[in-house]
Amino acid sequence: MTDFVMPALGADMETGKVVQWLVRPGDRVRRGDVVAVVETHKGAIDVEIFLDGVIGDLAPLEVQLPVGAVLAHVQGAGEPMQEAPRSVTSSSASAPTAAVLATAAPSPPTAAPAARRNVSPAARRRAQELGVDIQALSGSGVEAAVTLADVEQAAASPGAPPAAPALRRGFEPAQMRAAIASAMARSKREIPHYYLNEPVPVRVALDWLRVRNAVLPVTERLLLAVLLIKAVALALRAAPQLNGHFVEGGLRPSAAVHVGVAISLRGGGLIAPALHDVQSKPLPQLMAELADLVTRARSGRLRSSEMNSPTITVTNLGDTGVESVFGVIYPPQVALVGFGRVGERAWADAGRIVPMPAVDASLAADHRASDGHVGAAFLRALAEQLQQPDTL
Amino acid sequence: MQDSEIRAGVVTTLCEVAPEVDPAQLSGLRPLRQQVDLDSMDWLNVIIGWHKRFGVDIPEADYAKLTTLDAVVRYIGERRGGV
Repeated sequence: MTDFVMPALGADMETGKVVQWLVRPGDRVRRGDVVAVVETHKGAIDVEIFLDGVIGDLAPLEVQLPVGAVLAHVQGAGEPMQEAPRSVTSSSASAPTAAVLATAAPSPPTAAPAARRNVSPAARRRAQELGVDIQALSGSGVEAAVTLADVEQAAASPGAPPAAPALRRGFEPAQMRAAIASAMARSKREIPHYYLNEPVPVRVALDWLRVRNAVLPVTERLLLAVLLIKAVALALRAAPQLNGHFVEGGLRPSAAVHVGVAISLRGGGLIAPALHDVQSKPLPQLMAELADLVTRARSGRLRSSEMNSPTITVTNLGDTGVESVFGVIYPPQVALVGFGRVGERAWADAGRIVPMPAVDASLAADHRASDGHVGAAFLRALAEQLQQPDTL
Repeated sequence: MQDSEIRAGVVTTLCEVAPEVDPAQLSGLRPLRQQVDLDSMDWLNVIIGWHKRFGVDIPEADYAKLTTLDAVVRYIGERRGGV
């Protein structure tokens, strides 16, 4: 039996509230399944589980719970089934566990545990969007699995099961502001930032993009932003001290590069969810994932694994027209890379002044984890990467 | 397809990407990306939306022509007419 706990969805999160369970006791869960929607100051987040097994008791809805509080017990695949439904009060687990689960509404005295529903992830997602109660559906898929079509049919039919109340997906601007204030104040209080800036010529990269995009349908075109993000990930090989987290008084470097992408939200606010394993993904995949991430960030459909995993952040504020940006590091990360506006400049080259498209690449880094020497090596490597778009 | 229909579709797509936009407040003559706060990802999504709605191919080299709402309507009308 393992505990599924309230995840920390960012440095500024202390409590969260489950607003929807997408599973029921007795459901089988697999690693990566979205099992709950948790409301945070940055809006509702789809929370994934990273356990395999059968889900047990669930924490109650609409109750503020601290990070680390037990949300559910999960019985591992190899563990023997328990004879009787597990009683929440007989839990031998730690006191906070019992305290949290004991506040749950008493479960109905069902003789048998709820039958396991086989539901495709797409169907689950759609049911959530449409407010369809999946448990009330009969599945038409393999082993009576509930399919996407079942869900849509149920939503369209007049006798549809009673819809769950629509879930609020946006964020409260005041709460978002408070969350940003808390994280950024902590950053400025605790992190001794140092800043570097380097103008990087991007003619080669822009030419490469133009040739490539000219023959592609609009849905497959790449943005320069994707090249910049990939170049950051590859350049970090020259400066591993910039990629990771500062925890317990020291740097914990990360082998994988999960790039937090700063996304401004319409109506105010900012969120920087992760693109995972950027160093090893081809550009078209990164482009598709970035487009998806931006869409979901703005519609309030981010996943927990995207909220708590960035190992470095990239901001592309130049898109709004500013020449350069010096970022505030998002703790416990140790660096933030900023890109300014892409534009033509007077560039001295081999004794001549030539017009050159260029972008200011800046680095804000944590002096506890690295020195300016490392930061400079990183920016140099970044500039070199961008001169070789074929290698990105 | 009349210009007015094209304009309505162009604006609908814009509002899908930027829901806070009030269509009544959009000027046909002012630079579009100044009126509507569109970063490069938003702009790409707008282009994809127009491509799907009107069935026209919009090469990257033509983005520079899509300066104002009026220019977009004219451009899409010509591209559709040329098919």
